[in-house]
Amino acid sequence: MTVLSSQNRGAPASLAPSTILNKVWRDRWIYLFLVPTIILFGLFTLYPMIASFLLSFQDWNGFSREASYVGLANYQEVIADPQFWMAFANTILFMVITVPIRVTLALILALVLNNPKLPFAGFFRTALFLPVVTTMAIVGVVMTFVFDPVGGPVNQVLMDTNLISAPINFLGRSNTALPTAMGIHVWKWFGVTLIYWLAALQTVPEELYEAARVDGASVYRTFRHITVPLLVPFGIIIVLITAIDTLRVFDLILTLTGGGPFLKTEVVEVYIYRWAFNSSIPRLGYASAAAVFFGLTTMFMAILQGLGYALVRRMRGTS
Amino acid sequence: MITVGRYNLRWQTLLTIVVLTLLCLIWVYPFLWMVSASLKTQSEVFSSGLNLIPQDPQWHNYQRAWVDAQFSRYMINTVLITVGTVILTIVSTSLAGYVLGRYRFIGRRPIMAILAGTIFIPAGYTIIPTVDLANKLGLLNSLWGVILVLAGTGNVIHILLFSAYFSSLPKELEEAAVLDGAGFLTVFFRVMLPLSGPVIATVTILKFLGSWNNFFVPLVFTFSRPDLRTLSVGMFAFVGENETDWTGMAAAATISLIPVIIIFFVMQRRFVEGIAGAVKQ
Repeated sequence: MTVLSSQNRGAPASLAPSTILNKVWRDRWIYLFLVPTIILFGLFTLYPMIASFLLSFQDWNGFSREASYVGLANYQEVIADPQFWMAFANTILFMVITVPIRVTLALILALVLNNPKLPFAGFFRTALFLPVVTTMAIVGVVMTFVFDPVGGPVNQVLMDTNLISAPINFLGRSNTALPTAMGIHVWKWFGVTLIYWLAALQTVPEELYEAARVDGASVYRTFRHITVPLLVPFGIIIVLITAIDTLRVFDLILTLTGGGPFLKTEVVEVYIYRWAFNSSIPRLGYASAAAVFFGLTTMFMAILQGLGYALVRRMRGTS
Repeated sequence: MITVGRYNLRWQTLLTIVVLTLLCLIWVYPFLWMVSASLKTQSEVFSSGLNLIPQDPQWHNYQRAWVDAQFSRYMINTVLITVGTVILTIVSTSLAGYVLGRYRFIGRRPIMAILAGTIFIPAGYTIIPTVDLANKLGLLNSLWGVILVLAGTGNVIHILLFSAYFSSLPKELEEAAVLDGAGFLTVFFRVMLPLSGPVIATVTILKFLGSWNNFFVPLVFTFSRPDLRTLSVGMFAFVGENETDWTGMAAAATISLIPVIIIFFVMQRRFVEGIAGAVKQ
């Protein structure tokens, strides 16, 4: 069997439909290999994507009930709901604030850890990466206790060192809950961004640094003129991957605060969950409209990422 | 001057190490606190301040979490879901990755385009029809339902990993096998699949993490069947039901996190390589 040229084999061009059928029949093993993916992916990724969109035009109050077509009413209601916009704003705020922190801090630490002469670099990397592999939902629960105003260690440290005079209810106060959740999010996922940067730094050839050293370039100049230009393409990708990451904070928010206090930490996925699964009368069509809105936002980010990749390729091509 | 310079350098390195050590201590502190609290008495958690060493280890906290709070049950559910999901994922993604990476056939391009278009779909977008479909297929409130959903989502990267790897293998490999009379299946199972060990390992780790740590899907699939909860869902329910049992909570959390942490330490290199691969490509 010839690889990558199976289209060129087979029957000579005769009637088009039978040619196609012949080709399909000849490649039957190929299609058979795709069957598991087509079934699993089709049922649980592709179908729900399309169905979610169709559902968003319906009024539907429970999985066992009938739905009725309502046109754009759900969307009108979503757009008019200040709670939705609060959740949307929280989601965007989460991204806008945590992404720069994660990307910058991770870059600084990656530069430090990338030094081959630094002892225990592997140990430090492991410690910083550890939260990444742990279960977010469980970490969220543990953190509610770590930040507890009565017996949580964070308040105990702050009290013992006299930094504060009364315990702070970090997750219960409306002005501290979201920043605390963001801090925990950064802590949890920081290691991934660090590994991305380390991988990027590995691509800078050691000879370039040596050449710079021989020429007597300072650490700053080496960074500015060798490391930065080579890292920019990776930086674009890392920012985008990190940004899309931060759109998924359902586990953290639901286990940490449940969206409270006063919906101050509710993100779009929690909003969808609340309307679809956690209200006395589920509103599945309405929740779907919010989901489609959110899905479009994510897709917009993904398109940006695609453009980013294209840009990176062009930059690599010219350099 | 040189000695001073060298001294300076050492001093800087030392400072770097001290700062990094402090940072890492803060970083792993929540885990240390969790393990420590799981061995303390309720009052000790509140009174002993920052002291991490329990006076008299309270192992019965673990018994309470493991037996009374049913975390043994949740552990079995989580292991079953994870193993099932990983096996189904490896089978389906290696087969699809092989043909997509190594053959040109009618329909290949649209399939690739559809796969690529769904990489970044968030779970919140698809969860409602997924539950509806599972309900109609009789899969809601069953471990199988959770396994099939987890195995059917978030696999595009894995398919692409297999596809890139298989397309990089030299043509001569299967030409030799075909000369020996091997068919399509023999080439795949005897020649190609055994060579893809590194990719299988990477996909296993990524999918293991994804399914062990998943929360949204098992949460909405086990609303009416508490006995089917996974560790993460069980943890969420445990806090809702026993708000004041801090030590039991800490023991349950430790039980839930220990397996991933052990596997991480054993296979650290592969974890890091698997994640770094996303940027390098």
